Amino acid sequence: MKLKKTVLSGVITFFSIVVLTGCASFNLDASTLSEQDSAMDKEIFIGISQIAEHPALDNAREGFKESILELAEGKKIVFIEKNAQGDISNAQMIAESFKKDKVDMIYAIATPSAQSAYNTTKDIPIIISAVTDPVAAGLVKNINTPGTNVSGTSDLAPIKKQLELLLELEIKPQTIGFIYNTSEKNSEVQLDVLKEEAKHFGIEIEALGVTSITEIEQGLDVLLNKVDALYTPADNLIASSIRFLTSKALEKSIPVLGAEVAHVEGGALFTLGVDYLELGRQSGEMAYRVLTGENISEMAIETSKNPSISINLDTARILGISIDESILQKSELIGDK
Amino acid sequence: MTDLILSTLAQGLIFSIAGLGIYISFRILDFPDLSVDSTFTTGASISAISIINGVNPFISIVLSLFGGLIAGSITGILHVKFKITNILSGIIVMIGLYSVNLRIMGKSNLHLFDTIHIFSEKNHIYKLAFLIIFTLFLKVIIDFFFKTEIGYVLKAVGQNQKFITGMGFDVDRYKILGLALANGLVALSGSLYTQYQGFSDISMGIGLIVSALASIVIGEMAFKNLKRFGVQNSSIVILGSIFYRGILSLALQIGVEPSDLKLVTALLMVLILSKGIFNSSKEKIVKRRLNSDFIKRYIQNFQ
Repeated sequence: MKLKKTVLSGVITFFSIVVLTGCASFNLDASTLSEQDSAMDKEIFIGISQIAEHPALDNAREGFKESILELAEGKKIVFIEKNAQGDISNAQMIAESFKKDKVDMIYAIATPSAQSAYNTTKDIPIIISAVTDPVAAGLVKNINTPGTNVSGTSDLAPIKKQLELLLELEIKPQTIGFIYNTSEKNSEVQLDVLKEEAKHFGIEIEALGVTSITEIEQGLDVLLNKVDALYTPADNLIASSIRFLTSKALEKSIPVLGAEVAHVEGGALFTLGVDYLELGRQSGEMAYRVLTGENISEMAIETSKNPSISINLDTARILGISIDESILQKSELIGDK
Repeated sequence: MTDLILSTLAQGLIFSIAGLGIYISFRILDFPDLSVDSTFTTGASISAISIINGVNPFISIVLSLFGGLIAGSITGILHVKFKITNILSGIIVMIGLYSVNLRIMGKSNLHLFDTIHIFSEKNHIYKLAFLIIFTLFLKVIIDFFFKTEIGYVLKAVGQNQKFITGMGFDVDRYKILGLALANGLVALSGSLYTQYQGFSDISMGIGLIVSALASIVIGEMAFKNLKRFGVQNSSIVILGSIFYRGILSLALQIGVEPSDLKLVTALLMVLILSKGIFNSSKEKIVKRRLNSDFIKRYIQNFQ
């Protein structure tokens, strides 16, 4: 009896899947139909492929959409938004589906999404964002003339300017700690640049690589004893534990230099850096240039045009750092005045 | 549209090779080997770095296979020689391999866009044809292997260790062999996938275990009736993997709200897995009975 039941339930499951997928393909047909209809009205389809849900990446997406809708006013822009939920094989599938849908442009957010898109099509223009080093990722031949169907914005922070600002704030560290996730290529790139730049200032870099949130606490205890300032890179793992990192550093009166605004909101002393909303907008402007006929393979990769200074006043007060009025005036201030 | 179907089929085939490996460890050896998340990346890393350094892509597949074999043996040795529980030995190897994979690649992401590899030819039909031939070839070898004496003993190890020990076989050695084989196949699949997607990333294996198990279970549920017609388990694993990728591709097509995608997957798993629990007791008894029949026949063959 029981066996019969299970066979029956198995069959039901199977059919429910078939029905489900059946409905889906029906929906799909309907949507392709409407796509064909709308082709007459010259709708522009932009496939957005994002690797994971993450505040910075979400901002890069929203900024892009905002600016493109502003610039292309009057035109019908349709966004097809897909998120790979952190699974790289999904990113590949998303790219394939965009190719199938014959989208006019792909907007790929973060390195694996961009690589999957580039692997799938060499024809559809791909605008990228939040890719720190597009050359190392194999997406473009060089920064100034990509030579491929890829261009867009890099989120490489202006590390040299950050260090200059650090000195301007009268913080003169001998050693700066750098904590990062070893899985993220973007973070490695930032570490390399920081090491290179720090040489010119005579500052040593002490790097600590972690692989999960749980390793941060232990590692940080050791690291904070060796350094007199801490640098937090644009790194997904670091972003999600930023409050913890900054409070630990504050306990030892160690200033934290964040790579992005979100870090300052999370308690880091200051940043001069990438605002992903702005970066997304910048990508949107580039996308618009491509839509109006500019050749993407000759469009230079851009970095953040207006890196902005953000200062956390609460943190400054706890550290006992007084900030010059001239700096305060050009900065975005976070916390109580 | 056809391109999407072809590429879903291709992905299904590539992941079916990992599925076959995981079938060996989970189903045949009854060993929940969690190290595969990392061995998949190991296979990918070895292939990526060797192709970049000018190694023939086909040879790079073989190198990846060996990498996987070694990783699997380590899991096995940790379990049988050092007496670490099966789940833990898998986890230990998974953790350790993370660093090894980073060392192999030298960084966390390598691309193959400027190199010639198996899938640098862009034609989907060609890719799919290659994969069908390759997967069938592997399937035939695996089926053949499980008909040899070693293969038979390996099957029996997962079912009745005492009996195999009583027969005078060294169970430990067979476990190591089985795990090596399982991880070798997973690494091989990783090698193919890295060439298919054109880059290798340190996090690409994450979640493999879940998707592979899901595809095995879904395959067993959906194609269970095919067994009556003499379709082998290996074929069912391959079909299951393709079916699973198909569902996933559709879910992405329908545009399930991204934040809900994981929940939908989880619910689907519960739906299918809970059926597995309800009928497992009966099936196991049947399996055991079949198994003892098979062992009797086996003894007769060798006497």
